[in-house]
This record gives sequence, C-alpha cells and structure tokens, in this order.
Amino acid sequence: MAEHYSSFTKGGRLWLWQRLTAAFLVVVLAFHFFLLHFVYHADEVTFALSQSRMEMWTYYSLMILFLFTATFHGVNGVYNALINQGLTGTKRQIVKWTLIAASALLLFQGVRTANAWAGLPTFF
Amino acid sequence: MSQSYNRGLIEDFGRWREFSAGMWAWIFHKFTGWVLVGYLFTHIAVLSTAIPAASQDPATLAAGEDIYTTTIVTLESLLLVRILEVGLLAVAVFHILNGLRLLLVDLGIGLDSQDKSFYASLILTGAITVASVPTFIAGAF
Repeated sequence: MAEHYSSFTKGGRLWLWQRLTAAFLVVVLAFHFFLLHFVYHADEVTFALSQSRMEMWTYYSLMILFLFTATFHGVNGVYNALINQGLTGTKRQIVKWTLIAASALLLFQGVRTANAWAGLPTFF
Repeated sequence: MSQSYNRGLIEDFGRWREFSAGMWAWIFHKFTGWVLVGYLFTHIAVLSTAIPAASQDPATLAAGEDIYTTTIVTLESLLLVRILEVGLLAVAVFHILNGLRLLLVDLGIGLDSQDKSFYASLILTGAITVASVPTFIAGAF
C-alpha cells in the first residue's frame, strides 16, 4: 500500500497543472542545459549568438512557453511547500498574492528580454 | 491502491533520523525546487541586460562589447560562478530525475521500488555532475 507524500490535494486542477508542466519541463530544462552548456559553452555567449537563436520563431515560442511553465511550476511549488509548513488564513492570502505579483513581474521582464533579442517591442 | 493519509508531524525536520528514503526524496525535491525557482528570478535579472544591449549600435554588438555580452563574460570568468554552475547542474539533474520518478509513482508505476529509484536518481545525478565538471570548468583558469 502506497503512502501519499504529495504536497498537493489530489484531484485539484493545480495538482494536475503541476504534473503537466513537470512533464514538459523535464524535457525542455534538459534541452536548455544541454544546448547552452554542451553545444554552446556559457563563456562563449554573445548578444549576437543569443539573438540568432531567438529570431527563430520556433525557438522564441519554446522559450516563452518554458518561461511561463517554469514560473508556474516553481511558484506553485513554493506556495504548496509553504502550505505544508502550516501557512493558513491571512498570511496565506498575503503570500499567495505576493507570489502572483512576483510571477507577473518575472513573466513581464522575461518576455521583454526575449523580445529584445527577437527584435520585438520591449514596451518601454 | 494508493491511500492519502494525514502526514501529522512529518514536516518536523527534527525527526530526520526517522526519515525513510521516500521522505529524503521529498526533502531533496523541495530543496532543489527552492534553489531552481530562486535561480529562475536571478537568471532573468541577468539576462535582462539584453534589453539595453539591443539598443546599442551594431558595431558594439558585433564586437561583443555590449552590456549583455560583457556581463556574461565577466560572470563566466569567475571561478566561483563556474563552481556554482556545477552545483546548479547537480540540483537541476536531481530535480529532473526525481521529478520523473514522482510522475511515474503518481501514475502507479514503480511504487514497490520507489526507494530504489530514489537511490538510482542520486547515483545518476552524481555521475552526470562529475562527468560534466570538465565542460563547466573549461576556460576558467
């Protein structure tokens, strides 16, 4: 008989999304590490080289999807870890909305950065 | 058949001597997750130097003297950064391998050998990390 150690409420939508993003991230995070450390080396990075990759819409869209899934998976993971430690009530609401605001800022800045390489608007 | 149960005081880390392999896997997954999400915010902050770099003149960009390239090159010249990158690789590899293990366990695959698959994740993480050290350290000296 298995013991259920999961931090998440089974059957919930967040639980499902945490798993779906995990399945995607397992592949894309491994690809990201392999490409940027083993195919290209981190110390050889230049703006032009990053730009040449990000100008391909396939690579750009993959990186945008990577940013959104990693942010959701990471921040939702942190939120659930804090709930595991006994976070409840008003503190839970404050933490939840702080994490949502931090995620929104991260996504906005991440998209701006990707756009800077892709030659798309950076908004300001 | 799986069963949910009240974990009670399982988050009481003072009981670490009583922890099973599954509990250690849970703690390591949590720890590596915290590191990775912290790195995600730092990573985007560093990469954001591409925004001002994009408006620098083409000659500066072609010469690799823009703010983005010089920031990355400066960071990569530091041995401490290279060592931290090896640590980040170890953290990411463990989180990926243990994450795969968790996905399989969630699907009911390998429940009876979940302790062995945790040990396999640890060993494979160590092997991949050690094998990657030359690539990560190359050019640092």
